[in-house]
Amino acid sequence: MSRRRSATLAVGCVLAGVIVAVAVVSLFWTPFSPDDTSGGRLAPPGPPHLLGTDKLGRDLLTQLMIGARVALTAGIGSVALGGVIGVAAGLLAGFAVRWLDDTISALLDILIAFPTLLLAMLVVAAREASLGSAILAIGLAMSSIVARLTRVLVKRVLAQDYITASRTSGTSWPRVVAEHVLPNIWPTLLVNLALQLGLAVLAEASLSYLGLGTPPPNASWGRMLQEAQATVLTAPAGAIAPGVLLVVLVVGVNLIADGLRDVADPTRRARGSGSAVDPGSPAMGLDQGGSAVDLDPRRGP
Amino acid sequence: MSLLEVSALTVKAPDGRALLSEVSFEVEAGARLGLIGESGSGKSLTALAIMGLPPAGMTVSGSVVLDAPGLPRTQVVGAPERALNGLRGRAATVVFQEPLTALDPLAKVGRQLAEPLRRTRGLRGSPLRAAVLAALEEVRLPERVAGAYPHEISGGQRQRAAIAMALACEPALLIADEPTTALDVTVQAEVLALLDGLVSARRMALLFISHDLAVVARVTDRVVVLKEGLAVESGNLLDIVGEPRHPYTRDLVSSARRLDSALDWGAR
Repeated sequence: MSRRRSATLAVGCVLAGVIVAVAVVSLFWTPFSPDDTSGGRLAPPGPPHLLGTDKLGRDLLTQLMIGARVALTAGIGSVALGGVIGVAAGLLAGFAVRWLDDTISALLDILIAFPTLLLAMLVVAAREASLGSAILAIGLAMSSIVARLTRVLVKRVLAQDYITASRTSGTSWPRVVAEHVLPNIWPTLLVNLALQLGLAVLAEASLSYLGLGTPPPNASWGRMLQEAQATVLTAPAGAIAPGVLLVVLVVGVNLIADGLRDVADPTRRARGSGSAVDPGSPAMGLDQGGSAVDLDPRRGP
Repeated sequence: MSLLEVSALTVKAPDGRALLSEVSFEVEAGARLGLIGESGSGKSLTALAIMGLPPAGMTVSGSVVLDAPGLPRTQVVGAPERALNGLRGRAATVVFQEPLTALDPLAKVGRQLAEPLRRTRGLRGSPLRAAVLAALEEVRLPERVAGAYPHEISGGQRQRAAIAMALACEPALLIADEPTTALDVTVQAEVLALLDGLVSARRMALLFISHDLAVVARVTDRVVVLKEGLAVESGNLLDIVGEPRHPYTRDLVSSARRLDSALDWGAR
C-alpha cells in the first residue's frame, strides 16, 4: 500500500509538474505574442503554429502556456486566501466559547449555502472581471468549507485523551495547541487544501467560461473553451487542448493530495509497510521487537 | 496537613444529575489510597476534578485542596486556570487507562517525554536527550522507543512510556486511573510492579483508581469504595475485606475470593 501511495504522489507530481513547467516557461518565452493575430483565423496545426490558431488568429500554444500560468495562479491564490481565512476562522470557532462558536458556525453555514457563482458575480460587480476577482470569489467560497473542516478537526482533537493527559501534566494551553492540536489537524487539513486547489482551478475555468474571470489578452483555459465552442467541429484542437490540460492539472493535484495523506500521517504510512502493529491490538506489538526502529518515517519503509 | 484533601466533592452533569456526591478523602504526603468502584461510579471523574479538568459542562462544588511542598496551598475548585496550570504536573499528575489514546499519535515517544522534562528541569539540547533516555531506562524501555511513534510499540510499552511521562513531571501525588486495565494480564503484573517500585523509590503519594480489588490490594492498604458517585465505604483494606458493610463491597470481596479460590485450586 505504501508503495502504491508513494507512486500516487510521484505520478501526481509529474502531471502537475508538467503544467508548472509550462507556466514557468511562459513567463520568459512564448512562441508568439499573446495578442499577435498574424496567423490567420483557425489555422490548422502545423508550423509555425504547432497547435494552430484560434478564431482571432492567435497562436493556440501561446494561449495554452499563458492559460497554465493563469490556472496555477488562480488555484494557488484561492487556496492561499481561502486557507488563511478558513483555518483562522475554524481555529477561532473550534477553541471559542459556546456562543461565539455557534455564531461562527451559523455564518459558515450561510456562506456554504450561498451559491459560489452569485458570490463571483457580486465580487465582479463590485470590482471588475479579473483574475484577482475570481481568486477573491473562489477563495471566499472555499474559506467557509475549510473553516468548517478545521472547526470539526479541532473539536475532535480537543476531545482526545492525549490533550487531557498533556494538560494534567501542566502543559500550558498555547503549548498544547502548538504541540498537539495543530500537528494533529494538519495532515487532514493539508490533504483537503490540496483537493481544494484542484477544485479552485476548475472553478476559475468555469468563471472565465462565463466571462467572470481573466480578461484578454491573458488567456484562461475556461475562456478558451468558451471561445472554441462555436468552432469545435471545424477546429477541434482549440477545445480539446485546454480541456486536456485542465484534466492533467486537476488529476495531478488530486493525486498529490492523495499521496500527501500518507506522507503527513505516520500512523497510516506505517500501517501500510507490512511490518507495523495494528493499533487495535496492543499486545501484538510485543514481538515487533527490532522492527519498530525501522519504521522511522524519515527513512520511509 | 494532607497533600490532598477532598471534602464533599460533588460533580453535576449538565442535566443536573449528580455524578459524584459529597465524596471526601485525604491523601497524606507519601501515602497511598485506593479508589475502588465499578465503571460509571465516578472514579475517573474524581481524578479529573482533582486536576481541575472536569469535562465541559460539568459543575463542580465542594473542596479539593492540594498542598504540595514548594507550591502554594491551592483550592482547586474554582481556581483560575493559571494557578492550576502551575500546579498540574508538579503537585499531581495522572496516568490514564488507555495509553494508546493518552499519547499523541503523531509525536514520537521521545519528543512527548521531553516535553515535561524540559519544563520541570529546564533542560535543552543533549542533556535533555540524555534525560529522555534515562527516563526510558527507569521504566525499563529500550532506547529505540524514543524514536518510535506510539502505534509502533506494544500496549505495555506505551503504558510504561506514559508512566515515564508522568514521573518526568516529578509530582508529589501520582493519580493512576486504571493504569493496568487495558493491558494483558501478564503485562499488567509487570507494569503494576514497576509503578509500585517507582512510587516507593520517589516517595510519591499514590491515588490508585481501579475496579479490581485484587489489583488495588497489591499497591495500597487504604481504600475508598465508590458506588454511583457515593463513597459507600472507606478505611483499611484488610478491615473492609474482612468485614464488608455495604452490599456492593460484599459483592466485590466475594467475587475476588471466588477468583482467588479458583486460582488456588488450579495451582494445586
